[in-house]
Amino acid sequence: MLVNSAVFGNLREVLAWPTSQSWPEDRPLAHWQRGSAAAFRAPPVGTAYGALLNHRAALAALGDAVHAAPYKAPPKAPVLYIKPRNTFAGPGDAIVVPAGVDELEIGATLGIVIGREACRVGEAEALACVAGYTVCNDVSVPHASFYRPSLRFKCRDGFLPVGPWVVAARHVAEPDALAVRVHLDGLLVQQTSTTGMQRPVARLIAEISAFMTLAVGDLLMLGVAAGAPRARAGQHVRIEIDGIGALENLLVAQCEA
Amino acid sequence: MRGMKHARIAWGGAVRSAVASGGGLLLTDGTVLAEEQVVWLPPVQPGAIIALGINYADHKRELAKELTLSAKDEPLAFLKGPNALLGHRGVTPRPADATFMHYECELAVVIGRAATKVKRVDAMLHVAGYTVANDYAIRDYLENWYRPNLRVKNRDGCTVLGPWLVDADDVPDPHALELRTFVNGELKQHGNTRDLIDDVPALIEYLSSFMTLLPGDIILTGTPEGVVNVNPGDEVVCEIDGIGRLLNTVVADAR
Repeated sequence: MLVNSAVFGNLREVLAWPTSQSWPEDRPLAHWQRGSAAAFRAPPVGTAYGALLNHRAALAALGDAVHAAPYKAPPKAPVLYIKPRNTFAGPGDAIVVPAGVDELEIGATLGIVIGREACRVGEAEALACVAGYTVCNDVSVPHASFYRPSLRFKCRDGFLPVGPWVVAARHVAEPDALAVRVHLDGLLVQQTSTTGMQRPVARLIAEISAFMTLAVGDLLMLGVAAGAPRARAGQHVRIEIDGIGALENLLVAQCEA
Repeated sequence: MRGMKHARIAWGGAVRSAVASGGGLLLTDGTVLAEEQVVWLPPVQPGAIIALGINYADHKRELAKELTLSAKDEPLAFLKGPNALLGHRGVTPRPADATFMHYECELAVVIGRAATKVKRVDAMLHVAGYTVANDYAIRDYLENWYRPNLRVKNRDGCTVLGPWLVDADDVPDPHALELRTFVNGELKQHGNTRDLIDDVPALIEYLSSFMTLLPGDIILTGTPEGVVNVNPGDEVVCEIDGIGRLLNTVVADAR
């Protein structure tokens, strides 16, 4: 079951649709026609949050640095960040490589769309708060430090392509075991999965909701795996998550006005 | 119209807009209400909420011990979610295990016109108005990963905003405003927006250089020195001359 932003308002109806029945053919929910007026837009309507270093290998890649300054200790709570609304983009939208930057980091991650307000939910109830899942490209200007990174690395306009649709949670049996692949210009450059997270989907929602409420329509990114690839202007990025979808965008150089 | 202060309130079963009138509120239908009669909501429905760390020289000295800062090359900006917001006269929960929870009185700038790559000289044209923010932090939860981490700075009900959105036209100089915080009537924090390290046009120029600011986006410009611990039952008033007097009560987190 696929839900795009144009029908996001009908989310409740879609989610209530029995799993045993297929969605009526005469009510198409998802057609991605590149460049057409019917192209998808980013589905998130609330706030976009992301978890960093949730992938065990991504944290392990820091090695002993986690004990040294400026961190002084490994993270205890989820390492979270926010992507503001100016970053939201859809499939097919251009990702602008800023002047003076050679490459952008392509952060392929599962996007969790909240469908029921999550406030202090336990791990056992957490998945009931999920409306569905989508594909996110958490784009960054590459930077080494996780201490106090500048907003200009992650919060540039269009730095969060999302889509092409939201797959209702009931149709995703194991969100913590989905293969994730990144292709650059058709070439497979990263092959990973949503497995191996410090906090799988339910636990992440539970731990976040202990101190901040996730609202209906909020988007939570599960976490980018270790070894995120980098791409240059002119390259085509395709992120696939099995059972969810494929998100495609083109990197373009910034035009100087 | 000079002297216009706008509020969003809940009253009579509906969310309404109102303006300051005498000592109270004037609704668009002519109803006049007292401050205590209504539920105050944050005066704007927020877009992106951007906050500044260490934007007053004195506060920077105050925090020097825990900072790993050397030369500052750009403003220390971070983001907050709408879950944190609370209106005037609201209550903020203090976690049972917290030992150091403090207020932060801040001038909040509300964007009125989209801003992309705006230069300093034009920046103030993008400001809709100003309000008062009290942006609580619970320092017990501070970790050195993506500082200030959301567990410290983005908790439900820990960013109080209001009471009013004051039109920019009615604030001739946003860089000459006294800020004060009173805890149970006692003056604890005192500063002036003239001491901002990065002033309002500098912040708009900086932020809009890489991200488009949109109407409804809010910039919390930082807090001066004088932050002390608050406890359940404490009444905290953050006041900025010409902008407003923002009341908030700290309560024990019952859960």
